[in-house]
Amino acid sequence: MDHPIQTDTLRWIVFLPLLGAIINGLLGAVIQKRMGKRAISFLACAPVILAFLLSLQAFATLKGLDPEQRFLIDRLYTWISLGSLKVDMAFLVDPLSAVMILVVTGIGGLIHIYATGYMHEDKAYWRFFAYLNLFTAAMLTLVLGDNVLLMFVGWEGVGLCSYALIGFWYQDHNNARAGNKAFIVNRVGDFGFVLGMFLLFWSLDAQGHGTLTFREMAKWASTLQGQTLWGIGVVTLATLFLFIGATGKSAQIPLYVWLPDAMAGPTPVSALIHAATMVTAGVYMTARLNFFFSMAPETLHVIAWIGVLTALMAATIALTQYDIKKVLAYSTVSQLGYMFIGVGVGGYAAAIFHLMTHAFFKACLFLGAGSVIHAMHHEQDMRKMGGLRHHMPLTFWTFAISVLAIAGTPLTAGFFSKDEILWLAFSSPHGNKLIWLLAVVGAGMTAFYMFRQFFMVFFGECRADHHTQEHLHESPRAMTLPLVVLALGALFAGWIGLPAVFGGSQFAHWLEPVTGGHAEEHASHALELGLMAVSIAVAASGFFIAYLMYYRETLSPERFTHLAGGFFYRLFDRKYYLDEIYQAIFVNGTLLLARIGSLFDQYIIDGIVDGSAALTRFVSWINGLFDNYVIDGIVNAVANITFWIGNKFRRVQTGNINSYLYVVLIAVVLVILAKLRYWS
Amino acid sequence: MPGFSPNELSSYLIIGAILFALGLFTVLTRRNAISVLMGVELILNSANINYVAFSHFGSGSADGQIYAIFVIMLAAAEAAVGLAIVLAIFQIFHSIDVEAAQTLKE
Repeated sequence: MDHPIQTDTLRWIVFLPLLGAIINGLLGAVIQKRMGKRAISFLACAPVILAFLLSLQAFATLKGLDPEQRFLIDRLYTWISLGSLKVDMAFLVDPLSAVMILVVTGIGGLIHIYATGYMHEDKAYWRFFAYLNLFTAAMLTLVLGDNVLLMFVGWEGVGLCSYALIGFWYQDHNNARAGNKAFIVNRVGDFGFVLGMFLLFWSLDAQGHGTLTFREMAKWASTLQGQTLWGIGVVTLATLFLFIGATGKSAQIPLYVWLPDAMAGPTPVSALIHAATMVTAGVYMTARLNFFFSMAPETLHVIAWIGVLTALMAATIALTQYDIKKVLAYSTVSQLGYMFIGVGVGGYAAAIFHLMTHAFFKACLFLGAGSVIHAMHHEQDMRKMGGLRHHMPLTFWTFAISVLAIAGTPLTAGFFSKDEILWLAFSSPHGNKLIWLLAVVGAGMTAFYMFRQFFMVFFGECRADHHTQEHLHESPRAMTLPLVVLALGALFAGWIGLPAVFGGSQFAHWLEPVTGGHAEEHASHALELGLMAVSIAVAASGFFIAYLMYYRETLSPERFTHLAGGFFYRLFDRKYYLDEIYQAIFVNGTLLLARIGSLFDQYIIDGIVDGSAALTRFVSWINGLFDNYVIDGIVNAVANITFWIGNKFRRVQTGNINSYLYVVLIAVVLVILAKLRYWS
Repeated sequence: MPGFSPNELSSYLIIGAILFALGLFTVLTRRNAISVLMGVELILNSANINYVAFSHFGSGSADGQIYAIFVIMLAAAEAAVGLAIVLAIFQIFHSIDVEAAQTLKE
């Protein structure tokens, strides 16, 4: 464990997409004009596919090693060396980051290919792919970073790129606002992340082990046991701060509000950011630093509750949405909640497992939705869709598979991963039955709203206008191919993580060197099977209600919307009024603060400045008076006296030489007489 | 007059004093500029007599006599400048009366 294998191929996993971003970003406009969009597509897709191959190679290398030896390190240079702080520019592949880079480059690569079809009509084609590549590079930095600081670089990088991508069609003010919102809300979370990072380094340094490298931190984590700050355990405090960072990136209560708005971006962006990469950063971070989180049961408790509340809340909101992408957005928030339930009950491997399967089916759903939107001429309202299964069979089938997967249909990927989390929530020492119950209810809602969407879009009569109906068409091959691959993933990716009752999870076993073994009590298989049956039944009833409401249309949705006088419906439809509350408290609060500041400036600061100016003016005025009357007076008086004396003495100058001479003579005689009289 | 002899210093001083008085009298009383200049010449020459006398009866060196020669030369230069001024005054006032040239006082 102390001698990780050095390699120098890992850097290229990050640098290739970065290179693509630089080339497309700087020369894209020229290349697009001279060589066409195909060249741009090639420059954008090739680095990601190459990075995927390199990731496969790294994975194969890891696989050939002993489980305890599975570390590859690519150290470039010492980045910062400052006192006890020493940070390397180094990339690390261990079983956890191997999974992540495979997901990011694999699914990211498919999304790149898809985008070549989806964005084909866009004028700023090159700019889109430059951002997309930059985003991929940032995300890879995040997962490959060997220390918290490098991870933070990627963390900020994805935040920045998400801002650029969400506001990609910035001509529409709403899109630019959504980009701003994503960025600002993420900044709030980033603040927590930074605080957590500082706190960890500071307290480790106090123990003489100042480090930010993951492996070193893992080694010295136990020295923080029992350390307190303000009466709270240092580790608890630090992990809570880090979790605030995770709620920002991974869209949990209270910072999830940016994600639904982020649907303003082009659909491949939604797939990339909200399915495969950025939102998983928080889950990845908690799994990466699991040794700290495991030391803080209070934090785990908070995480599990936040996770289950987010999962439920987002699911209820998703019940009422009509925008095809908004449903998926809230479903993403909800599924991320499940991942955090997994983290909160100590099942890091289960969380990462769900992250991976979710990446498959949610990417497939987003891309399928994109395909629908593409065919419908950018119509996103599901009330204007319907009956699309005849027009776009490939999209229909892939979407169907993903819906089955997310709803937790047995044997699909989503079933295994979600069930693992539910089982851990029930059986793990950190879990409890209430969390399990709420999570199962959420799973039922998930099945309902996904099938609701499915039936509204693909079945029944087409409700689009005549013109749109005539032009309905299946998407080009660049878009359907990734759909097929992702659908296959959504079907089969779960098989690497079978539940214990069917032989145990290979996936969990693979992650064991990083996440440690499960603290799983060996509860009876019968109980596990029973719980599985319950969750299947709940999902099936969710499906059945959706089937009655939106396929057979024998059950009117109004019967539910009017429950309790429509209170719940309005609550869900208005998203619990959270946007309004945030607007009132934070946005308006900030504006109020700014206004107070402006008034302060206007009256106090300006008053001080103006006052000092007036004072200076007054002093100069006094000075001026003194000059005018005293100094000038003295000078003028001297001149006047001189003039007066001169005027008096003028009389002496008669101009008569003789008289002068008389004066001289008399004077001489007087002098002589005086001399004779007094000094003789 | 007792003691008035060529061998005594006082004789020469008396002559110098008389000459000085005459010169002074001329300068003070004459209104004609040329006459005034002539009076000045008399005063200068009385001084010369004193120089030569003191030189002869005093230290015995020739310094005084050399001074006298300087004064003669100076008197010539002074006469030249004085006559030039008189000429200029005549051109402006058409007169060489010194009381006519009183414009400076106002």
